[in-house]
Amino acid sequence: MTEWSILWDAREVFSNGLIATVQLFVLSTLCAFVLGCALVYQLEHGNRLSRALRLLINLMRTLPFLILAYLLYYGLPPLGLRLSAWSAGLLALIVYHAAYFAEILRGSRLVMPEGYVEAAKAHGFTPLRLYLRIILPTLVIKTRPLLGNQLIIALKDTAFLTIITVQELTAAANSVQSTYFIPTQAFVVVIVLYWLISICLELALKRAARFGAKRGFDYV
Amino acid sequence: MSEHTHASDVPAVSIKKMSKSFGDIEVLRDIDLVVNKGEVVSVLGSSGSGKSTMLRCINWLEEPDRGTIHIAGQRIGVNEHAGRKMTGKELATVRAKTGMVFQGFNLWPHLSVIQNVMEAPIYVKGMPKEQARAIAIELLEKVGLADKHNAFPFTLSGGQKQRVAIARALAMSPEVILFDEPTSALDPERVGEVLTVMKNLSAEGYTMIVVTHEMEFARAVSDQVVFLEKGLIIEKAPPAQFFTNPKTERVRKFLEISA
Repeated sequence: MTEWSILWDAREVFSNGLIATVQLFVLSTLCAFVLGCALVYQLEHGNRLSRALRLLINLMRTLPFLILAYLLYYGLPPLGLRLSAWSAGLLALIVYHAAYFAEILRGSRLVMPEGYVEAAKAHGFTPLRLYLRIILPTLVIKTRPLLGNQLIIALKDTAFLTIITVQELTAAANSVQSTYFIPTQAFVVVIVLYWLISICLELALKRAARFGAKRGFDYV
Repeated sequence: MSEHTHASDVPAVSIKKMSKSFGDIEVLRDIDLVVNKGEVVSVLGSSGSGKSTMLRCINWLEEPDRGTIHIAGQRIGVNEHAGRKMTGKELATVRAKTGMVFQGFNLWPHLSVIQNVMEAPIYVKGMPKEQARAIAIELLEKVGLADKHNAFPFTLSGGQKQRVAIARALAMSPEVILFDEPTSALDPERVGEVLTVMKNLSAEGYTMIVVTHEMEFARAVSDQVVFLEKGLIIEKAPPAQFFTNPKTERVRKFLEISA
């Protein structure tokens, strides 16, 4: 039996890992993006809650992701809250990347021409409508390259979750390599799979760039 | 000058004792102004005299320090029943009664021309999309941009952008349209196309307050001309009187220089 045929026989382990990674990635980035957008909306108000959220965002940005995952998985049970590895991992991804999404959008908000906002206010937009219809779409189009980067970082961060026993793609490779002692081939397979997901992301982002370019936003 | 004045006791805009400071600098002092429905008021004055600030206070883009402003009888900025400042939502409701055209156009760049015009009627007034589209098509035709529905703002000239901005303001059927130096950012060739649209609006009886440096426009179209100097209205008169027989030496000098 060759090493590659061992890997082929273990394809179910890899495909299960791949599905788990894709699920974690899609669910976490969707939730993180929505949460990030909500955070930026709250920051618009400039009140006490905004200041507290700003502090929280900064805290997340200065925390290594793995520490947060450890904290949610191992640190919460002594406080009476036990999450499954999958839930803890998902929550860690959401909270951590929401902070980054918020920071990306906030940075762009700081340099957004105020005239667009004033025009919407002058036409009677409520604060929420103004945010959802005018501010947020402009920010998202403007920050597409940064958001794209963040998505790829989020994808790669799912691999950390193997350490808290989430059975995702890296865990699948680890399991195969430790069973059959073929580390190189097992990890090459997952590298290719991560790479394929990233390529799909890149293609989607390029399509999004055309959307922005059609509207006169600078980059393509 | 508008051909017909709407008969109504409630003015489109009523400003009483409005003052505004930025830090130690008092930019508006005890402004009193009544604009009746169907009237066109031109606001003149040198740069820094407070013209734009006055306009921006009317729809509360700038919050005045003192005084009251009523739009079609409703006070803006303060909820008189509750005795407190208006919430964002309440303010939006009153602002929806006004339209504003900016010097820098401020079209929303991610939306096409027709979407720019439809956006507020749909998302502020709750108008059905098809109705908003029909109104937008009609208004774009009125401002001479029937062929630009699907263009995006970055592809338009300054004059075209400003005409879209006017159509966008009209789409809300406002009680008053505020024009903040609508031609100042345009080259001389484009100024004419915007002024023509504004003259047509005046002839149709729209209520307009126009901050401008276009003397000919102010003379031909206005019902009242207001002159601001250091935050004070120092002269307020019909254009015939304002341009031919100004009361103050300051206005006389201003007109001489502008001639």
